[in-house]
Amino acid sequence: MRTSYKIANNIDWVTIGLYGLMVTLGWMNIYAAVYNPENVTSIFDFTLNSGKQLAWIGTSVIIIIMLFAIDYKAYDSLAYGIYWFVILILLGTLLLASPIKGSRSWLVITESVRLQPAEFAKFATALAVSRFMSGINLRQQNWKDQAKLAGLALLPPIIIILQNETGSALVFAAFTLAFFREGMSPLILIIGAVAVFVFVLTLLIPQWYLAGIVTVLMGAYLWLNFHRIKRYLPTYISIWAAVLVMVFSVTYFIDNILQEHQQNRIKVLVDPEVDPLGVGWNVTQSKIAIGSGGFFGKGFLEGTQTKFDFVPEQSTDFIFCTVGEEHGWIGSLIIVALFMALLIRIIYVAERQRSVFGRTYGYCVASIIFFHFLVNVGMTIGLAPVVGIPLPFFSYGGSSLWSFTILLFILLAIDAHRKLDLGRG
Amino acid sequence: MKYLESRKYVIQAIFIAIGAVYLIKLFYIQVLDDSYKTAAESNAMRRVVQYPFRGLVYDRHGKLLVENTPVYDLMVVPKEAKAIDTLKFCQLVGISLPEYREKITAAKKYSYVKPSPFLQRLTNAEFAAIQDNLVDFPGFYINARTVRGYQHGSLAHALGYIGEISPRQLEDTTYHGYRQGDYLGISGLERQYEQFLMGKRGVKYTMVNVRGIEKGSFKNGEYDTLSVAGKNLVTTIDLELQKYAELLMSGGKVGSIVAIEPKTGEILSLVSAPYFDPSLLTGKELGNNYMKLLRDPTKPLFNRPLMATYPPGSIFKLAQALIAMQEGVLTPETGYPCNWSLVKCSHRHPYPANLGIAIEQSCNPYFYQVFRSVVARGRSRNVYEDVRLGLDEWNKHIKSFGFAGNLDIDLPGEKKGMMPNARFYDRIYKRDGWKFPTIYSVSIGQGETGVTPLQMANFAATIANRGYYYKPHIVRSVGENGKPLPEYSVKNYTSVDPRHFPPVIDGMQLVVENGTGRYASLKHIGVVLCGKTGTVQNPHGKDHSVFIAFAPKDDPKIAIAVYVENAGGGATAAAPMASLMIEKYLTDTVKTTYRKRWEADMINGSFYKWTD
Repeated sequence: MRTSYKIANNIDWVTIGLYGLMVTLGWMNIYAAVYNPENVTSIFDFTLNSGKQLAWIGTSVIIIIMLFAIDYKAYDSLAYGIYWFVILILLGTLLLASPIKGSRSWLVITESVRLQPAEFAKFATALAVSRFMSGINLRQQNWKDQAKLAGLALLPPIIIILQNETGSALVFAAFTLAFFREGMSPLILIIGAVAVFVFVLTLLIPQWYLAGIVTVLMGAYLWLNFHRIKRYLPTYISIWAAVLVMVFSVTYFIDNILQEHQQNRIKVLVDPEVDPLGVGWNVTQSKIAIGSGGFFGKGFLEGTQTKFDFVPEQSTDFIFCTVGEEHGWIGSLIIVALFMALLIRIIYVAERQRSVFGRTYGYCVASIIFFHFLVNVGMTIGLAPVVGIPLPFFSYGGSSLWSFTILLFILLAIDAHRKLDLGRG
Repeated sequence: MKYLESRKYVIQAIFIAIGAVYLIKLFYIQVLDDSYKTAAESNAMRRVVQYPFRGLVYDRHGKLLVENTPVYDLMVVPKEAKAIDTLKFCQLVGISLPEYREKITAAKKYSYVKPSPFLQRLTNAEFAAIQDNLVDFPGFYINARTVRGYQHGSLAHALGYIGEISPRQLEDTTYHGYRQGDYLGISGLERQYEQFLMGKRGVKYTMVNVRGIEKGSFKNGEYDTLSVAGKNLVTTIDLELQKYAELLMSGGKVGSIVAIEPKTGEILSLVSAPYFDPSLLTGKELGNNYMKLLRDPTKPLFNRPLMATYPPGSIFKLAQALIAMQEGVLTPETGYPCNWSLVKCSHRHPYPANLGIAIEQSCNPYFYQVFRSVVARGRSRNVYEDVRLGLDEWNKHIKSFGFAGNLDIDLPGEKKGMMPNARFYDRIYKRDGWKFPTIYSVSIGQGETGVTPLQMANFAATIANRGYYYKPHIVRSVGENGKPLPEYSVKNYTSVDPRHFPPVIDGMQLVVENGTGRYASLKHIGVVLCGKTGTVQNPHGKDHSVFIAFAPKDDPKIAIAVYVENAGGGATAAAPMASLMIEKYLTDTVKTTYRKRWEADMINGSFYKWTD
């Protein structure tokens, strides 16, 4: 009997515990980031980011209760409705919003309360692709379905790029991980990895040299093993051609398509001198802040580098610096471990779903959170380009916290009803 | 499906691998590498921006137009300036305590840890007095940079000025790389050639300990960059001619003089009157002087040669003749009676038996009939439709002279002006609500026409070249031995065949020899000058005086347009000024006593009293 079904017994309290822990730690670090030793204010002061974040956390709790109260089947049946609704809002923002720092992506509600609809496109797209996935079989190579799926996943980032929020758009690449679990060819992931590898190489080696090296290596390999592999010669030639195309198109892309400040964010990875007044400075300051934390850190509120504005955006995109400086490597370890635990728990939860919809959605959640973690922490330690995307549950910001909360708790709401999901899947 | 389920291990492995890589990298920078700790311990890394030397600007003979003079700013880092003797400090720099508090609060508001200017543009004396005692005041230091200096008081409009970047520009990504307090070109050449003039900023990172003492460079200067000086510009301006032109336009006259070398499109002088000394917009008083100029009712900041659009007046008749000949409805031998039908003529004169006499006498009814023959040609039964067709065809021709469009001069703020087409009149009078009598005043350069003095000078250069022009420009070389920008080495042909130009030029010669422009003659130095007067009706006061000319006739070295507001007929002010300018340019002096007396009359504005 449905009425006697106790949701509370089936809610995944482990995930909720991890969520609570991360949000609380995030809140404390935001306070540390805006803390001014000369003018001490309370962590609850609403004029500071920490006070506002507490308000965002409070409203998140209300959102969570609402998400559990909604009929769990609605997420499945309303998936497309939500998706198209968010697309409409994205388009509306693109056309109507006045630009803030060059990006048309903010809905201004009041002077200090602004929402970024791009954040909400993530869970909406996750719902839509999961719904679509439950109706098809990716492995059956039906190109029409595959094209529709790609369209669903690509439409939001295209609009977001037009809003000039390239960072948020990149996140949608994370869906490939979820597609991979549902049967997408591993070749695509491998090509992606090779592309990233080639990308980094082109930053280090001029394109003609790189092309020469690839050609010589390939030529030598073919020469030495000619008898063994001559049957596959066309395959090898096409691999060689593909790599060359990649090398030249990457250089072309960086030099001709990206805007100058975007080029610098990438080039600064290998050469901080590229933009010593801009991003180069940010990355250097961020590394100094984290590096000065040592093994145990300087202690809560004792940081010096993440105060004021040595590090830019310290309570939003660069919040990890505060952790690194005040809590040292141990603090970093705890944060990384928390993320790993959450991601693996989400996969566990996803795998126990009986519906393809639920499982795919679970993987989407894990992939999105993972991508944010990858880029955000990576940029603060100089391993990823400086892309302005938040660290889930830690960074200051209502749009970001709400969207990650919704993303995660829709999964938990579906999961809590998994045992009712007999005939589906 | 079991096969796919195993993929969860691949995904988990990717997650764990990234986590591990990050922890290793973190361990390296947090525990193993000490340099970040040292950087943080010295607690303040001071980033000193090395300002490059801004490019210099020369005239066409290598005379310096714009140079750099050093100034000193007193900078403050509020975080480091906590424990100072405020009273002593105020005495040293000569400000009051409330002023000090106000400035410190402003600096804190910008940034607690980044340097911001405390006192700007100290004089050499102030700098010397402060410099020696600054060691007692940690957090304060002197930053040297340069401002623009001028050894002459000319060409303010074209040179433009530099100023501090605005908060709005700072938020704009096109100004990427600029910081608060940076200077950039705001108008004129300084703005147009900003990217060349600015050079490349360098930056030096130095470690400073808590007492404000430098502890050497960060990571052995690995992150430092040198500044690269900006490129110099060689302009096309002839400074002597420019000064002379400004002298002629001095004493509160309002108007423009534009002189162009027809062979190249190089601008020899560019005057907007009333003008002002460019050094008003540099140094400490920039803000005050700017406000004074802005509030001046004569609008000295308005760059008239590029931005003021006027009806061209009678000089437009030359264009009408050229277009009519191209369309085959006029020959140099055509005569029309001076019949005073719809338009009157300015004076009684002999019958204009051919084009030459018509130009010489500037006969209004003649050109009324020329324009009608171009526009209303009976190609359509419907008179309205006929004029619509004719006017649009005429519009194409007139635009090919550079009217009603940008000439793309390398200065900001150029206005297009306007030339009417059928759609324009449709909007005013509704379709089929207008025909030739509605628009006839366009025939003599009145009515719905607007051209800038720059376009007039370019028109003179186009006639001098017999049918083509180079886009007028003011920079002939970026860098000492460089080239002008490529768009300035392209010949732009008009849609009128070069063979139609000589009859018009002969007419212009007659104008000066015995027509309306007799005051412009250069017979005394043996130069044949071709010109055309214009008198532009002004509903608000006295007519505007216009003259365009070029000389010598067979090998034109200079083309010029002079536009003097409220100075009466074209013959009174503009024609003598133009001839004085040309004489000065061709021979470096003004000869004969009566010419000298004219010169004085022009300068002190006596022509206002001349009767016309």
